[in-house]
Amino acid sequence: MHKWGMAVDLDTCTGCGACVTACHAENNIPTVGPEQAARGRAMHWLRVERYWEGDFPDVRLKFRPVMCQQCDAAPCEPVCPTYASHHTAEGLNAQVYNRCIGTRYCANACPYNVRFFEFFNPQWPKPLHLQLNPDVSVREVGVMEKCTFCVQRINAASIDAKAEKRELKDGDIKPACVQGCSVKAMAFGDLNDPESEVSRLSRSPRGGKLLDDLGTRPKVTYLERQTQV
Amino acid sequence: MSEASSRKLSDDLLRPLLQTSWRFYVLVAFLGSIVLMGLGTWAYQMFNGFGVTGINNPIFWAFYITNFVFWIGISHAGTLISAILRLVNAGWRRPVTRCAEVITAFALMIGALFPIIHLGRPWLFFWLMPYPSSRLIWPNFRSPLVWDFFAITTYLTGSVLFLVLPMIPDFALVRDRTTGLRSRVYGMLALGWQGTPKQWHRLESAMSIMAIAIIPVAVSVHTIVSFDFSMAPVPMWHSTMFGPYFVAGAIFSGIAGLIIAMAALRKFLHIEEYLHPVHFQNLGKLLLMMSLLWGYFVFAERLTVWYGNESAEIQVLRATQKGSFAPLYWTMVVVNFVIPVTILSIRKLRTITGCVIASCGVLVGMWLERFLIVVPSLGHKYLPYSWGTYRPRPVEILITISTFAAMTLLYTLFAKFVPIISIWELKVGEQETHETALQRSGRALGEAHP
Repeated sequence: MHKWGMAVDLDTCTGCGACVTACHAENNIPTVGPEQAARGRAMHWLRVERYWEGDFPDVRLKFRPVMCQQCDAAPCEPVCPTYASHHTAEGLNAQVYNRCIGTRYCANACPYNVRFFEFFNPQWPKPLHLQLNPDVSVREVGVMEKCTFCVQRINAASIDAKAEKRELKDGDIKPACVQGCSVKAMAFGDLNDPESEVSRLSRSPRGGKLLDDLGTRPKVTYLERQTQV
Repeated sequence: MSEASSRKLSDDLLRPLLQTSWRFYVLVAFLGSIVLMGLGTWAYQMFNGFGVTGINNPIFWAFYITNFVFWIGISHAGTLISAILRLVNAGWRRPVTRCAEVITAFALMIGALFPIIHLGRPWLFFWLMPYPSSRLIWPNFRSPLVWDFFAITTYLTGSVLFLVLPMIPDFALVRDRTTGLRSRVYGMLALGWQGTPKQWHRLESAMSIMAIAIIPVAVSVHTIVSFDFSMAPVPMWHSTMFGPYFVAGAIFSGIAGLIIAMAALRKFLHIEEYLHPVHFQNLGKLLLMMSLLWGYFVFAERLTVWYGNESAEIQVLRATQKGSFAPLYWTMVVVNFVIPVTILSIRKLRTITGCVIASCGVLVGMWLERFLIVVPSLGHKYLPYSWGTYRPRPVEILITISTFAAMTLLYTLFAKFVPIISIWELKVGEQETHETALQRSGRALGEAHP
C-alpha cells in the first residue's frame, strides 16, 4: 500500500508561482475575476504564502507554497455529514464533489484554509475555456473542492504500471505543481518506500510540518534552514 | 370558582378567536409579504449561486449560522422554562406556559431552516438524514451536523407534544362553544375530549412525563449546537465550556423573547387581567439571574484565553476586544449585561416597560454574541496569510429580517386560532386558590372556636 506525501524545500523556492499556474491548468480551477477575488473568493488549491521577516532594511522575504497537507488525522473528515470528505486507503483526503452538499464545515475545521467553495458556477475567460483537462471533473456551484495531490495522475500512473505488469517506481508520478516547479523545490512520492526521494527529504533535519502542534499529522514536509532564535 | 367568573374567563380568552378586526388582516398581510420577500430572496440565492451572499474564504459561516444558533436559542424560552415551572408547580406559571411553549415550536422550525438555507446545494439537504438509500449510504454519524439533525428533530417532536397536550381541553372548549365548520375542526383537534376523570388523569400523567423528559432534551439540544463549534480545531471555538455557555445563553435570550411576546399579547389582545405585572417581575428576576450567569460565562471564557495567551486564540480575542469587532463586542456587553442588570436589579425599574426594554437589548446582544463567536474566529485562524473579514450582503440581511417577520406571523396566527392562555389551567388555578382560601378561613374559624 502506498502513502503519498510531498516535500517542499523552502530554501530553494523562489516564489515564482509556476506551481499555482500549473495547478490551475491541471485541475480545471476556475478563475474568479478581480471583483470576486477582492471579495475573498479567489480559488487557488495551491497558494504561495509570502512572509516578511525582520525590519527594514534588514528584511528577509520567505515563500511557502501551501496546498492541502493531506493530514493523516484530518480535522475536515469527521465533520462532514455526508462523507464527501473522506480518507482513502492510500491516505489521501479525498473530496467527492457529487456527494458534497456544501455545509462548508470542512473548510472551517481545516486549520490550513486550503478548502475552497464554488460560490458560482465556474467560468473561464476566453481562451482558457478551451484548455480544460478532460481527466478532471469540473465542479458545480455549491460544493467544496481542494488539492487532490493530482489523484488523476496517481491513478493513471498506477494503471499504466499495472498494464505493463510492473511496480510503480519513484518519480513515475508527478503532480502538476511538482512538474511545474522551475527550481525543483518540490518532491512527490511514496512515504512507505524508505528509499523514495520524498521519504529521504522528509527525514531531513531541515524538515518540519506546518502547524505540527495541532496534531493533524500532515503528509507534506517543509524543509527550511533552522535558525537559532 | 363561581360559574360567572368561569364564563367570563372563557369569554375573555376566546374573544381573539371569535372576533377578528381589520387590523389583524393588515398585520398578517404585512408580515406575510415580508416572509414572501424572504422566500424570494432565498430562491434568488439558490438560482444565482451562494456568491450573492457575503460569505468568503475564510469566513464560510456567518449570518445564517448566527441566525441558526439565535433561533434555536430563542426556542429555549418555552419548553424548558415552562417545564421547570410546571415541575416546581409555580402557581404564577399558568397564564405563561402556553405563550412560552409556542415560541419553542416556531423558533425551532425557523432555526432548523437555517442550516438548509446555508447549504451550498440546499436541494440535497436530505442527505443529512439517515434515510433508506438505494445506494446504502448513511450520513456520517461522527459529524456534529448529523447530531444537530437528531437533536433538533427530537426537540421539535417533544416540544410540539408538550405544546399540544394541554391544548386538548381548550380545543374541546372551543368545540363546545362554536357551531358549524369551526366546531367540527376544533372537534377533530380535541381528539374526542369529554373531560372524564380518566381523561384528566391521563392528560396529567402525560404532562408530567413530558415535563421531565423535555428538560434533558432541551439542555442537550443547545449543547449539541455548541458542538458544531467546539468540535472544530478553530481558535476560541475549541472550548470545553461551550456546552453550558450556549445553554445559558439560549435560556437568557429565550426569556427575553418570552417577555417581549407576553407584553405584545397583553397589549394587543387586551388580556391585562390575566398577564399581571407580577408575571413580568418574576420573569424579569429570571432574566436578571441569566444575565449574571451569562456575564460570568463570558468573563470565564475571555479570562482563560487571555491568561493562557495561546498565539492563535489571542489574535481572535484581540480582534473582538480591541480590533475591528470591538464596537460590536462592547455593544453586546452593554445590552446583555450592563443595561439588564441595572434595570432588573432595581425594583422600581422592574416594571413591564423596564423588562421589555431589557429584553429587547438582550435579543440584540445575544444575536451579536453568536455573530462574534462565529465570525472573528473564522477570520483569524492559524495562518495569518489566510485571515479575512466579513461584511453581510443584502441577501443575508433580507433573509434575516424575514425570519423575524415569520416568527411574528406564526405567533399572530397561533394566537388567532388557539387560546394563547391555557383556559382550563387558569380555571384549575383559581379553583385551587379558592380551596386554599376556604381551608384557611375554615382553620381560622376552627382556631377561634375550639
